Amino acid sequence: MNFRRTRAMARKEFLHILRDPRSLIMALILPFLMILLFGYALTLDVDRIPTLIYDQSGTIESRTLIARFEGSRYFQILGSVDNYKTIEHSINKDQCMLGVVIPRDYSRQLLSGNKAEVQLILDGSDSNTASIASGYANALIQTHNFQIRSDAQNHKGGGNLRAPVESRTRIWYNSELKSRNYVVPGLIAFIMMIIASLLTSLTIAREWEIGAMEQLLSTPLRPAEIVLGKMAAFFSLGITDMIITVAAGVIIFRVPMRGSYVFLVVTSCIFLIGALCWGILLSASSRTQTIAFQLGMLTSFLPAFILSGFIFAIENMPAPIQVITYFFPTRYFMTIVKSIFLRGVGIQVLGLEVLLLVAYASLVFFVATRRLRLKVA
Amino acid sequence: MWERIREIIRKEFIQTLRNPRMRVLLFGPPLIQLLIFGYAVNMDVQNAKVVWIDLDHSPEARDLLAELQGSSYFNIEQIQPRNDIETLLDRGSTQCVIRVLPGFSRDIKRGNTALVQVLIDGSNSNTAAILSGYINQVVANYSARVLEDSRNAQIMGRTGGLGGVPAMPSSGIIGQNRVWFNPDLQSRDYFIPGVVVNIIALVTIMLTAMSIVREKEIGTMEQLMVTPIRPFELILGKLLPFAVIGIFEVALITTAAFLVFRVPLRGSLLVLLACSVVFLLTTLGVGLFISTVSHTQQQAMLSSFLFFMPAMMLSGFAFPIRNMPLVVQYLSYLDPLRYFMQIVRGVFLKGTGIQSLWPQIAEMAAVGFVIFSLSVFRFHKRLD
Repeated sequence: MNFRRTRAMARKEFLHILRDPRSLIMALILPFLMILLFGYALTLDVDRIPTLIYDQSGTIESRTLIARFEGSRYFQILGSVDNYKTIEHSINKDQCMLGVVIPRDYSRQLLSGNKAEVQLILDGSDSNTASIASGYANALIQTHNFQIRSDAQNHKGGGNLRAPVESRTRIWYNSELKSRNYVVPGLIAFIMMIIASLLTSLTIAREWEIGAMEQLLSTPLRPAEIVLGKMAAFFSLGITDMIITVAAGVIIFRVPMRGSYVFLVVTSCIFLIGALCWGILLSASSRTQTIAFQLGMLTSFLPAFILSGFIFAIENMPAPIQVITYFFPTRYFMTIVKSIFLRGVGIQVLGLEVLLLVAYASLVFFVATRRLRLKVA
Repeated sequence: MWERIREIIRKEFIQTLRNPRMRVLLFGPPLIQLLIFGYAVNMDVQNAKVVWIDLDHSPEARDLLAELQGSSYFNIEQIQPRNDIETLLDRGSTQCVIRVLPGFSRDIKRGNTALVQVLIDGSNSNTAAILSGYINQVVANYSARVLEDSRNAQIMGRTGGLGGVPAMPSSGIIGQNRVWFNPDLQSRDYFIPGVVVNIIALVTIMLTAMSIVREKEIGTMEQLMVTPIRPFELILGKLLPFAVIGIFEVALITTAAFLVFRVPLRGSLLVLLACSVVFLLTTLGVGLFISTVSHTQQQAMLSSFLFFMPAMMLSGFAFPIRNMPLVVQYLSYLDPLRYFMQIVRGVFLKGTGIQSLWPQIAEMAAVGFVIFSLSVFRFHKRLD
């Protein structure tokens, strides 16, 4: 290993990137646009659930319940209807998600101290929104219910009615349950993975295609020096991307950053090295841009999107799929980034993940250099 | 004219299907994607890891625990009281800690409000919201039961425990949920039809763009241009095979979704196929457009990817469009995937037909028409 040769190689790569405005734009502006667009657009928050009300009862009691729905920020009352058909139509057309049906005998049952049932019709086709919406609606009805009982008790002069048991829920790390706080740190990891592996795999495959790689191999450069030199250039691009996306996350999206920036940078570096080596390995094995790109998509984009815990929680996956997730480094990095941002934890908690990232990076570096050496022979 | 078009179609089919790698690429990755997506993409909260700490050691606390254990949503682990609950959540080894504080049963007996402390890891906001809803539900049920029991006990006490008095009927309002289309609220049923849309879009856009650019790269495009084939015939001949392949993939993936994942297909297959044809008009148009702006296959691939990724994210596949900022919502109207996503989900889960879906179909056709004519126009100009 010779430092001077590595440096020369890195310089050449830098010039390559700087001279090709298209890849420079792709590497620097694209991540920013991605985090801007996706950071704003991708939320899983459930509020303003479009709701239709079918009040068969038309009494004071039913109207107080409706008023409670109107007052909640989770529901957006589209209007009231007078038959089931309209609710059905509008659910079919995706215009409403929830139908609240208050039956004819609602106030009679309520006033005579019987069970008064309120029907909640939910569009289950969007299962996630439906289950959260159902939770909100039921909680609202329970609160209302309790209020009525308590009022009745007061009326009778029996003093305030208290709920026997109450849960005091405290949500840690993300007390307002903003999905943005969860999505944006994930996006940072996601974007870095895509840019790092796609960009390297394409650029190096191009060198194979146009024959520049053979020329490089005929110079005194050793495979490890080639890999390191190539990596140096893309590494600085990747770190710039990281800084851009983290800054956008913290400044524009106000995601809380509770952990240490130093730790974030160090782990990002380790992750980047692994991802870049993976790109080099892909391009060294496939030699054509088409295949390199397709392999890159299959091994970086898809796992980073689905198998990393970016949006879909790994705990909920079936066991065989969970095993597969361990083979992709994005999984570890995703955990690390999210934990640093939201939980503010450091090496003492994330030690295993960091160790696995280091192991992954060194393994892929070793295989990539070996692979290059084989190509020379 | 038809004869010439037929010849190009024949050539295109041979060219696409002759290459063994292409054959694998056409049908392998879509199926793998469907399988991985189908199994991995899941937002259901089931067997959530919950740690139970009982500081009260009373029968009441055990009752509440039994109530929680009765639900399939939680996987409850009882641990001894400890001070470092934080590390449990920090490490992510549990999603939720429920603590019953000392004095729980005393408060219930005295008629005060007894508190249960629930700590939830909110870093995954979605899971946390669902989990918190479930736990509150269980606690509220338990609370209602305790209230009921104590009232009954009072009445029984007053009447001297004579069996003649009926227990007080349970009263109050009860929300009765009726979930349409997906009563078990399985997220798989919601996502798999969406996966079908994504796969078709990705495959057809890339295939079209790449195959045209390849001809440019290797120079056969020039050869085609010196033949009597007119540009219009060339476009038609080039795109029709991909449309056929696209339709074939729709059928293949739909069948797989139906057989492997048992996603209900409630609507008509015919409607689905008809809408697919309209949708393919848009994706083939996008592919054609990309082919006019790229010189190399690499550029074509990158551009396809750069179109596909935001198109997928804004289509409502995983993130509801309703929640997006207004500007982005307007932007999503340009996204053909958005319409097809609604159509496919409607046909699969709701069994909706043309009468409810026609606005989406019309809008998709309009978007498709614009994209298609734009790219045909550009393609023409390039050829001239």
